[in-house]
Amino acid sequence: MFRLETAENPQTLRRIAIEPLTRVEGHGKVTLLLDDADRVHQVRLHIVEFRGFEIFIEGRPFWEVPVTVQRLCGICPVSHLLAATKAMDLIAGYGSLTPTAEKLRRLMHYGQVMQSHALHFFHLASPDLLLGFDSDLTRRNIVGVAREFPEIAKQGVFLRKYGQEVIRHTAGKRIHGTGAVPGGVNKGLTRDERDAMRRDIDRMIEWALSAVHMVAELHRAKPEFYDHFGEFDSSMMSLVADDGTMDFYHGALRALDASGDTIFDQVDYAGYQQVLDEQVKPWSYMKFPHIRSLGPEKGWYKVGPLARVQTCDRIPTPLAEMERKKLLARGNGKPVMGTLHYHWARLIELLHSTEVIRDLLDDPDILGTDLMADKGERRAEAVGVIEAPRGTLFHHYRVSDNDQVTFCNLIVSTTNNNQAMNEAIRAVATTHLDGKTITEGLLNHIEVAIRAYDPCLSCATHALGKMPLEVDLVDAEGTLVHRARRNMGPER
Amino acid sequence: MSDDATFMLDGRPIRFVAGQSILEAATAAGTFIPNLCHHPEFKPHGSCKLCTVKVNGRASSACTTRARAGQEVASDTPELNRHRRTLLQMLFVEGNHFCPGCEKSGNCRLQALAYDLEMLNPHYEHFYPPRPIDASHPDVLIDFNRCILCALCVRASRDVDGKSVFALAGRGTAQHLVVDCPSGKLGDSDFAMTDKAAAVCPVGAILPKRVGFSVPIGERTFDVEPISAHAAHAAETRG
Repeated sequence: MFRLETAENPQTLRRIAIEPLTRVEGHGKVTLLLDDADRVHQVRLHIVEFRGFEIFIEGRPFWEVPVTVQRLCGICPVSHLLAATKAMDLIAGYGSLTPTAEKLRRLMHYGQVMQSHALHFFHLASPDLLLGFDSDLTRRNIVGVAREFPEIAKQGVFLRKYGQEVIRHTAGKRIHGTGAVPGGVNKGLTRDERDAMRRDIDRMIEWALSAVHMVAELHRAKPEFYDHFGEFDSSMMSLVADDGTMDFYHGALRALDASGDTIFDQVDYAGYQQVLDEQVKPWSYMKFPHIRSLGPEKGWYKVGPLARVQTCDRIPTPLAEMERKKLLARGNGKPVMGTLHYHWARLIELLHSTEVIRDLLDDPDILGTDLMADKGERRAEAVGVIEAPRGTLFHHYRVSDNDQVTFCNLIVSTTNNNQAMNEAIRAVATTHLDGKTITEGLLNHIEVAIRAYDPCLSCATHALGKMPLEVDLVDAEGTLVHRARRNMGPER
Repeated sequence: MSDDATFMLDGRPIRFVAGQSILEAATAAGTFIPNLCHHPEFKPHGSCKLCTVKVNGRASSACTTRARAGQEVASDTPELNRHRRTLLQMLFVEGNHFCPGCEKSGNCRLQALAYDLEMLNPHYEHFYPPRPIDASHPDVLIDFNRCILCALCVRASRDVDGKSVFALAGRGTAQHLVVDCPSGKLGDSDFAMTDKAAAVCPVGAILPKRVGFSVPIGERTFDVEPISAHAAHAAETRG
């Protein structure tokens, strides 16, 4: 049992709910149980919405799946499109992508990471960081930021817009396009499109670098606070390239423990179930993944920017790598674990994405016309994994001889961070709320910790039919007539 | 053709040749009358009612009504377009039409008409009928969720392919498309990818397998121009 997950005598405690959580994607709530002295006894992040794509995708033709599943999110649909397409490349029997197709997919994906990170930092998180966690609630939003820091807000809006334009040029639409199809891409890039993107990319790199410096400066001003807010030890996981460098589009799985030691490395993601397991809990629609060898109590981990900048050996673009080293220096040789470091890491990744986009646009292959790979033998099962903006995203499918999906398992980035987010809010509750009179500003500290993970709650809830459920039929005298149980384990 | 071989459509003279329907004459003249179950190669069916016009004040299907000299035909009127929107809304709710994940999107006549007639919402409660797909054929898939019972596949298979693979069974809201073979599965019929019936579905019900989203957004039929303009340009191309 995790600390502060379940109170011993909940009926005697006072309940505070933060509902809905604001400035996150999707719907969630936090419940706190406190005693008469305002001591915190239980803290839980609940995901209260439900999507269930894993089930209703069953029976659909496999070539339709990438476009359908991307609809589970409006913020990073490209990640789902590409993860599913990577799986369907194999299902359909395609071999290695053509250089142009892979580079166009990469361009689309790094545009996606760029727009998502810009959206999160500038629109959702910066009001807390720039205006203060307990600043005036009515101004603690992007409009308030625009009023106080107009140049920063403008750069944030344009950075996001640029990423959206990259997606439009490669996928046909800013949100929910197509672009990637099993075997390659359906659209080449015209010279005009390439030139339009190339014209502004240097300015984007410059603005992304300033954003990194701005967050680094915030940390320098209050190092104790930034280093230790929501701090807790955890393992970390991501894809890395075969040379150990950061790669958002493709690679193998690497996990490090809280000391930075390797748990596993260069694991082919097709075998993710050998290294990862998932647990379902009765109070959340979101599953709890963990590293199988360490078990559910110790095997949980975090993913996303703060994990990625530390699991990789280096970032393969110079400006981002230079900034990564500055962030890692905060740990004095150990991994940095403060929750607010997510923002710093996220902006380093934003900078990296802009550098990668520039390099791709300068690559002659990007204007190639050979868009589809050669076709080989069909497969019945495949896994596609990608580093989405919020972390490692798994799509696993089985397909019948008739081309219909028979099985789908999604481990969405936010799901990977489920336990980590719960740990973060428990750390914050213990440090900042325990024994104090609860105010809106204090409660916002909890939301700040969740926001740092940039959770996409709508993406993450698909455990249809797997929730533990117990139904009792009781007669008028209160005698139990029948008890139906599902996924509850043995009755105690 | 003599001057009197014309009728008036929304105040404009439309020339016709004897035997043409109002819809055929209008289409040949580059004037679009909304329709779903019509196909120039097949006998009119008159079932979708989208092409309903007023001929001398009386409602008639333009696809089954012969053009006659001197007719006063009204088509593009607020009243008729309102009725057309209602028909489209009913078609959308009685099936499972999820355009976001449908590979026919951008090439679908139902979707294109909904855009053209400015259908902004389904208005009616969705039926959400349970309709499994038939993926038994190696080359062609039937997604019954999207079938609008236009019977174009029925006519094509019967009149062109000479196979009568398809038929409409049941009545009223229970009417549905069936495949003529003991198992009812397309894969057990003598249907072939090269059949005319494989290429006439106006929606995403009968689809060639493994094509999916191969045409990029921006290059699909109705990305380029709305269905009304597309029909007019098609008429120009035919001369």
